[in-house]
Amino acid sequence: MENVEKEPLFSAKYRKLLTNPLGQDNPITVQVLGICSALAVTVKMNPAIVMAISVMVVLAVSNVAIAALRTMIPGRIRIIVQLVVIATMVIIVDQFLKAFAFDISKQLSVFVGLIITNCIIMGRLEAFAMANKPWPAFLDGLGNAWGYGAILIIVSFFREFLGSGSIMGFPVMEKIGVYNWGYEDNGMMILPPMALITVGLIIWVQRSRNKTLIEENK
Amino acid sequence: MKDFSNRYIMVFSVVMIVSVAILLSLTALLLQPRQEKNVEVEKKMNILSSINVASTKADAVELYDRYIRESYVINTEGEHLEGVDAFTVGLRAEQKKPLPEQYLPVFIAVDDRGDTLHILPLEGKGLWGPIWGYVALKEDLSTIDGVTFDHKGETPGLGAEINTTAFESQFLNKSLFRDGSFFGIKVVKGGADPQSSFEVDAISGGTITSKGLEAMVYDGLIKYEKYLSKNRK
Repeated sequence: MENVEKEPLFSAKYRKLLTNPLGQDNPITVQVLGICSALAVTVKMNPAIVMAISVMVVLAVSNVAIAALRTMIPGRIRIIVQLVVIATMVIIVDQFLKAFAFDISKQLSVFVGLIITNCIIMGRLEAFAMANKPWPAFLDGLGNAWGYGAILIIVSFFREFLGSGSIMGFPVMEKIGVYNWGYEDNGMMILPPMALITVGLIIWVQRSRNKTLIEENK
Repeated sequence: MKDFSNRYIMVFSVVMIVSVAILLSLTALLLQPRQEKNVEVEKKMNILSSINVASTKADAVELYDRYIRESYVINTEGEHLEGVDAFTVGLRAEQKKPLPEQYLPVFIAVDDRGDTLHILPLEGKGLWGPIWGYVALKEDLSTIDGVTFDHKGETPGLGAEINTTAFESQFLNKSLFRDGSFFGIKVVKGGADPQSSFEVDAISGGTITSKGLEAMVYDGLIKYEKYLSKNRK
């Protein structure tokens, strides 16, 4: 990282921080972190999108804060400092949702608070922000949050479309008129197990397209 | 990583905690009026929906003022209590008090037909968390004119169905009193008798939520029994 000063803001290396978590470093499908909230908030697309944005704000700001303070944070209490920063951000986001997106904050209920325990965030602070400058830490935060959010949105799209027959609350299936032909929404899609299976299918598709992700059998 | 002295660590922690505390109190303080407003509007929308008045976030306060004529608090003996605002009574806190000390809110509405309706709030337990609702009674103080239920986290597609019109509309014109004594509404698994004035269908797959709802209606309304009997026509 010696030549960081000379790097342009969006050098190839920095762009990778944004794009890698979407694919081969995806926090959910490759690192298998943050699964619990991915199962819980993906019944409908709207809460999933709000959750993705909330995680993005928390992760980007915490990453920048920790990166900015990294030389000042005593190593012995660094985990506590990271937790305090994350918890502060989560409470602020939660308060804003309660004030400005009340309906969605009710749907997300405890899961906003549980962003604190989302391993992705602690993981990025400890693994990346403690060793990098604020700007790359910011990009890393956005990238990982986006990688997490993208999976949330994909899963919630299928669960809402097949489970409730709508997309972002818009009743697509009803408008097409498939119910008249005897089609019924699949109630299973609404339940958590189908979220896990959907995530599993995404992992399967990703690994069959990108063989480097497959571990060797020993 | 540099080694820091204990003194530095202490100072660092204190500075961190104080700045975080200031930041959080400021946020909470600035956003509090808006959050309270949201809760108030939601409660008003719930009360309105029990008398079948559809409202939006924008017009809930105005419609509430138009339809709800009066509200007061009574005790289990049916006596009016002065100096308590019915709107701000929290049922969950009340349920923890001994029965004779509990505040029981009553909201009086006059609907578009000119009928006076009594709206009584309910609070109970579902499978995963609290469920609550409002029941609007016709002038005979027994026949249900409308109900609204909601829940915190019942299973989607199963227990969560209690807040759907399909479930709520079953309560229309059911009676709380049977042969002059309080009976409540039975939530029946496997099909209610359509002729019965005291039964509604339970939700398939939502047995515990349905049972919780039945208990909520019974336990919540029996506290009003004396008041209702006294004022029945």
